[in-house]
Amino acid sequence: MNTTQRAADVVLVDYGLGNLRSVTRGLERAGADVTLSADPADFDAADGIVLPGVGAFSEGMDNAGPFRDALVDAAAEGRPLFGICLGMQMLLTTSEEAETVGEGDVQGLDLVPGTNLRFDEGQKVPHMGWNELDVRREHPIAEGIDGNYAYFVHSYYAAPDDEGAVVATTEYGVEFPAIVANEAGNVFGTQFHPEKSSETGLRILRNFVGYCLE
Amino acid sequence: MTLTKRIIPCIDVDVDDDGEAAVYTGVNFEDLEYTGDPVELAKKYNEAGADEFVFLDITASAEGRETMLDTVSAVADECFIPLTVGGGIRTTPDIKETLRAGADKVSINTGAIERPELIEEGAEAFGSQCIVISVDARRRFDESGEYYAEVDGESCWFECTVKGGREGTDIDVVEWAREAAGRGAGELFVNSIDADGTKDGYDVPLTKAVCDNVSTPVIASSGCGSPKHMEEVFTDAGADAALAASIFHFEEYSVDEVKRTLDEQGIPVRL
Repeated sequence: MNTTQRAADVVLVDYGLGNLRSVTRGLERAGADVTLSADPADFDAADGIVLPGVGAFSEGMDNAGPFRDALVDAAAEGRPLFGICLGMQMLLTTSEEAETVGEGDVQGLDLVPGTNLRFDEGQKVPHMGWNELDVRREHPIAEGIDGNYAYFVHSYYAAPDDEGAVVATTEYGVEFPAIVANEAGNVFGTQFHPEKSSETGLRILRNFVGYCLE
Repeated sequence: MTLTKRIIPCIDVDVDDDGEAAVYTGVNFEDLEYTGDPVELAKKYNEAGADEFVFLDITASAEGRETMLDTVSAVADECFIPLTVGGGIRTTPDIKETLRAGADKVSINTGAIERPELIEEGAEAFGSQCIVISVDARRRFDESGEYYAEVDGESCWFECTVKGGREGTDIDVVEWAREAAGRGAGELFVNSIDADGTKDGYDVPLTKAVCDNVSTPVIASSGCGSPKHMEEVFTDAGADAALAASIFHFEEYSVDEVKRTLDEQGIPVRL
């Protein structure tokens, strides 16, 4: 990375879920100025937006309600939008998780069309721990990480309608997407936690910051 | 390509005479010996390839708790791997404060045995993935257990103890593990009073009994003296992660050395 480059202004969407401290520190380490915010006005000024998330799909979408349109608009304008873990699942259209808990059809952001499925019985759920990344196609976020390990904690996985949305895969009983991206490339997400994935994770955060400054 | 077995150094943190956080390593939950500065140790283990850290607050005092949380923050800011913090967590606000300090998971023992609803409350508020239920098991060779295992030709069950193994509860570990998982625990952390500090190996029958009866990930703990012991607990008991303290603190093995040895034995690890 060019050391004379300015820092990227990144908004880390604060909607009450997740350990934001590690994501903040990771992004800072990668060269970002981080603003914690749930105010759509801040999204417009940012070089990039990070949607973190830990917890349940329906609760996440519920909490995201007030800035849902702002995220969709930012994505349409081509602004980098990076979903992490549940934040990635929220980029899709819907999730089996909402149905499992009897909350019917909860709508995701539908920026990467598809649904989130639960891992089959017979596997320990959650899928928790370090697993290997198999990069399937080029994307700026996935530069230099093929074959590396990342830290996952999740019970559902993304199943995009378009195979082309899959940037990297991992195997846990089934082969599932570890990284997804939309067709334009500016909306993407990791099922794993880059902020907990040591050097590999920091590399991804640096890739993100670099992409924000392009 | 597969989910790897996790190698987790455990750091027992106490407050030294100057009020600074310090790491101590014990034998049979007693006889603590000073082994270093927690942040320095965490950095060293991180560089050597540790998959996670477990921090146990053994101070059991209010001042100790503050120091502990500062230490957690200092480590979380340096090391980008998952961090579990345990010791003295009794209430939902305790969980919140620990997570806010930078922990990814909290390990709860006595607090959950005294009031099992704490597991649901924590899982609902913060997600199951951050609620680790820790048990300090003790072998009992009488007839009041629920789940029996064979140990050295004798039938025994495993009892949950509290207060660092000083008090029994008559609760069967396997039954409690099933209940805790049902209430929303995301992971089980299985310690053995019998094996702790012995360096003779993990309590494999104990770990196996839990792994065979609960579908939640299990961290085996207590008794590790060599990479061979980790291999046993992965292969013979089915543990998902193995925790060790003294072999790392006293530099008998580095994390990297342990992982390379396991890799040679065909155990999947992150190298």
